[in-house]
Amino acid sequence: MSWLLPAVVAVPVLGAGLTVLVGRRLLLQRAIALSGVGFVLGAALLLLVEADSNAAVVAQVGGWPAPAGITLVADRFAGIVLSVSSAMLLVVLLYAMAQLGRDALDWWFHTKYLILTAGVALSLVTGDLFNLFVGFEIMLIASYVLLTVKTGPGEVRATMSYVVINLVASALFLVVIAFTYTTTGTLNLADLAVAFETLDPAVRNSLGLLMLVVFGIKAAIFPLFMWLPDSYPTAPTPVTAIFAGLLTKVGVFVIIRTQTLLLGQDGPSTLLLFIAGATMTFGVLGAIAQNDIKRILSFHIVSQIGYMVMGLGFLSAAGLAAAILYITHHIVVKTGLFLVGGLVEAEEGTGALDRIGGLLHRRPVIAVMFLPLALSLAGIPPFSGFVAKLALLQEGLALDRGVIVAVSLAVSLLTLFSMTKIWGGVFWGETTEPGVPSARGMTLATGSVVALSLGVAVFAGPLADLATRAAADLVDPAVYTSLVLGGG
Amino acid sequence: MSLVGLTIVSVLFAVGTYLVLQRMLSRVIIGLGLMSHGANLLIMLSGPGPARPPVIGTAGLTAPVADPLPQAMVLTAIVITFGITAFLLALALRSYVLTGSDAVEDDIEDRRIAGETHMVEVTPPLEIHEVVE
Repeated sequence: MSWLLPAVVAVPVLGAGLTVLVGRRLLLQRAIALSGVGFVLGAALLLLVEADSNAAVVAQVGGWPAPAGITLVADRFAGIVLSVSSAMLLVVLLYAMAQLGRDALDWWFHTKYLILTAGVALSLVTGDLFNLFVGFEIMLIASYVLLTVKTGPGEVRATMSYVVINLVASALFLVVIAFTYTTTGTLNLADLAVAFETLDPAVRNSLGLLMLVVFGIKAAIFPLFMWLPDSYPTAPTPVTAIFAGLLTKVGVFVIIRTQTLLLGQDGPSTLLLFIAGATMTFGVLGAIAQNDIKRILSFHIVSQIGYMVMGLGFLSAAGLAAAILYITHHIVVKTGLFLVGGLVEAEEGTGALDRIGGLLHRRPVIAVMFLPLALSLAGIPPFSGFVAKLALLQEGLALDRGVIVAVSLAVSLLTLFSMTKIWGGVFWGETTEPGVPSARGMTLATGSVVALSLGVAVFAGPLADLATRAAADLVDPAVYTSLVLGGG
Repeated sequence: MSLVGLTIVSVLFAVGTYLVLQRMLSRVIIGLGLMSHGANLLIMLSGPGPARPPVIGTAGLTAPVADPLPQAMVLTAIVITFGITAFLLALALRSYVLTGSDAVEDDIEDRRIAGETHMVEVTPPLEIHEVVE
């Protein structure tokens, strides 16, 4: 089973090479892209099942034992995030295929998309700090090129700030790697967890803080989120949707991984909870001030990251389980909302709320798809967001952290408010001139995301159990280290 | 870590940070290059220092073996930075073709808010360019 781990990275990369080789044969490119991403989804599900019965799948690439060789690990946490991510990658790929030709998605879209898939997969399964850097860079390079699919003035300006911010973050990441290697002499995460235990607390905390800054830029937490609402909305819908669903969440995944594995667990972290509260508040306030559907949703990405950091901030098994549940719910719902936003843009020719309206009468199906996603984002029962938020609030009250609970409830209310703003602007009001009707495939792909998000709510019980088991592994770093260093 | 090495790293980072904060795109890119050089040099310094080449089959020699890992990492990092810098340069060229200026453009959102409050007079991009020059 462990051969699947290198394969989830290698197969998309090979597929990307093949799409270049077949040249401009669209049908072949599509077939390769679909089978590449489909393989990753299948492998991710197999890995999750295997990890859930055996605690983790570990592969030592090249046959060298753990601290010396390249380690790939899929524990329950990585398995969950990888499965949800690859499911979204597949759905958005289908959406993009339906849209291709309507928007300026060019011929090499599938190549970049497969590289992005490989980068996301490597960042999630790697067990080594330097390979994490490589995984991030693969993912980012693909994202730079995807953002500039259209090379108008807006795209160039937005991509420029995105690239510069991420390049500075990469330089800082290299600095973290250098400092970590000097202090401990290893970069293998499991080996680091052992080495960090004996470090001077001051050194350990400063390394931890540096890591938080580096991954915080990728995850767009307060106060490092300003680049996100500026760069995401300019890209074509499939690109924005997949970025919104995955890229920042990979950052959150790595923050949770490093904070739990490398830094000690001594009760809730006030710093993380403060960051969580500020991220939620500033994100949602930014969203309320916007007038464009994609810009509103982009600010909500930031706001929602706050909830995930809140779960991590509790630094308890139940808190982490809630964070995992929240990530699962959020990846699905956020991708879905952006796909709906794309449908609206395709129908109306613009996403500006004051220039559209009355879509409820013309295309009721879009409204039907938007409603459960929007209510889920705000955390209204019985949708998936409610389950995840409830778990967070319960843990917050159990740990007696009233302030963050109050902040998160207020932010939920504001989230609901800005969702009604979209609803009122897009679906109610005067009917505007109809634009080009969107392709049926786009609607079908969006519908399947909605079905998935309802599925998260329906199967919340088993999912919560799985998240609890995954969180139990995270709370005790010894589980991870013994698996990686013990066997090969 | 050697003091000379660390001094070079800090100077590279200081100059890089200064340049990244500039208005002209070409300076920002040079600044990013210097920052990455600083980071790469720091990784080189993170190893235990110069020693015998790490070659298998020289068991008779007693001198300590150099650590090959930082060098392998730096090579990877250099290649990645090289690729992204090339992409950035292409993007800067595209931006120059589109706007006719090398300056980083104003944020659209900032300009909108500035226009709404009537507090700040919005300056056309060409004049900003002249001021910077």
